[in-house]
Amino acid sequence: MTEDILRVKNLNVELGREKIIENLSFKVEEGETLVVLGPNGAGKTILFKALLGLIPYTGEIWWKPELKLSYVPTRLPLVKEFPLTIEEFFNLKEVSRERTIEILKEVGMTQSNILKKKITELSTGQFQRILIAWGLSKDVQVLLFDEPTFGIDIGGQENVYNLLEKVQKERGITTLLISHDLSVVYKFADNVLCLNKKSLCYGRPKEILSSKALSELYGGEIKVYKHVK
Amino acid sequence: MINSFLLSLIVGVFIGGTAGYLGSLMVSKKMGLIAGPLGHLTLPGIALAILYNFDVSLGALPFVILGAILIWFLEMKTDLPEESLTAVIFATGVSLAFLILPAKELETALVGDIVKVSFWGAVISSLVSLIIFLILRKIYSKIIFSSISEDLAKVEGIDTKKYNFIYLLCIAIIVALGVKIVGGFLTAALVAIPACTSKNLSKNIFQYSYGAMIIGSLSAILGILLYKFSGYPAGPLIILVNSFFFIISVFLRR
Repeated sequence: MTEDILRVKNLNVELGREKIIENLSFKVEEGETLVVLGPNGAGKTILFKALLGLIPYTGEIWWKPELKLSYVPTRLPLVKEFPLTIEEFFNLKEVSRERTIEILKEVGMTQSNILKKKITELSTGQFQRILIAWGLSKDVQVLLFDEPTFGIDIGGQENVYNLLEKVQKERGITTLLISHDLSVVYKFADNVLCLNKKSLCYGRPKEILSSKALSELYGGEIKVYKHVK
Repeated sequence: MINSFLLSLIVGVFIGGTAGYLGSLMVSKKMGLIAGPLGHLTLPGIALAILYNFDVSLGALPFVILGAILIWFLEMKTDLPEESLTAVIFATGVSLAFLILPAKELETALVGDIVKVSFWGAVISSLVSLIIFLILRKIYSKIIFSSISEDLAKVEGIDTKKYNFIYLLCIAIIVALGVKIVGGFLTAALVAIPACTSKNLSKNIFQYSYGAMIIGSLSAILGILLYKFSGYPAGPLIILVNSFFFIISVFLRR
């Protein structure tokens, strides 16, 4: 039997006087991929910040002790203000040169002289790969990834998710992903948490993602076409 | 005794270099201009130092710190943006200096007078600059990390508040030292221009930060040498040499 790695019970987050998350409960097992699904402004990123202890909350967040977490935010726009090379970017996390080369290979960035390349010279897709590598560069057990395909075209998105899945399978990492893309949920999620301030549905995607649940989540009428395998 | 010209060169190298190195962080954090208002704020302190004949940096330091606290306090108490408050505070500082100082001393307060530096003033300023440089070198990557994303830095276990406080303290001290060579009016240029020049020329963060340091030191040396030959005040000459390097860097940009 797999062990729980995270348990969240009656979580409430308020920012200013606004309730962002209300009475949220869920759990994540070791090696699981949980996708947090919801419209913009649903509180998905805030949930991640609460899980990481970056903002105040009430309720209970329990992580298995001595876990190593890694968080990759949607974007890092300010990184372009510094003339960092890829090697220097990994140095910020004190990742060795050998490890950097190894992890870059894992995400398919094997061009010669890649370490000396400036971050500002990378395309959005390449930078996203670097971010994944950066997130995985240390020996982590849990990866929290906020919209890993932000700003990448559809073909590129597929690549990023396949890459994430490959690395995750190889290393048995527990992954929490924020997305508003339903196809990602069907393809990669063990469990899905539909969030719009409150938890609107939670469980195995195929069992719980009905048209009704989705129209409640996004508002309006939504038809679901399941992939035939 | 070492002559005052040599002393001013030594002080210029240390303060100019450290200001340039610090500037590389400030420019990338979009704080390049903040040294300006902070420098203006030091004017009453410089005025007092000139009137009562003590080191101008010693006079300047409490005013920089007081100014920074005032801006922070007023920002909390009002809804006004930081830049408007900074304008209020530094204009007050400049006005006070004009009231306190006799006209003939004003030039020293505004654009500095490095050649007046005393032996011990030079030793202490150089030593403090060196210490600030070593501290900055130690926290440099932590500051970059928390500038890129404070959340990420916290997840990695970096105490962002502590490092930011140390960084701000370094800015205050370098501004106070900077007024010794370029006066209260030109401190922003002393930190910002070497970094801008270096950014144009560098391929990575190592070249950027140390490049800014070298350009800062070199500009100070050349500015002081130009003073020796032309008799114009050294402070503005140092800044003009910096501007000259910057213009060249625009054409050599990588």
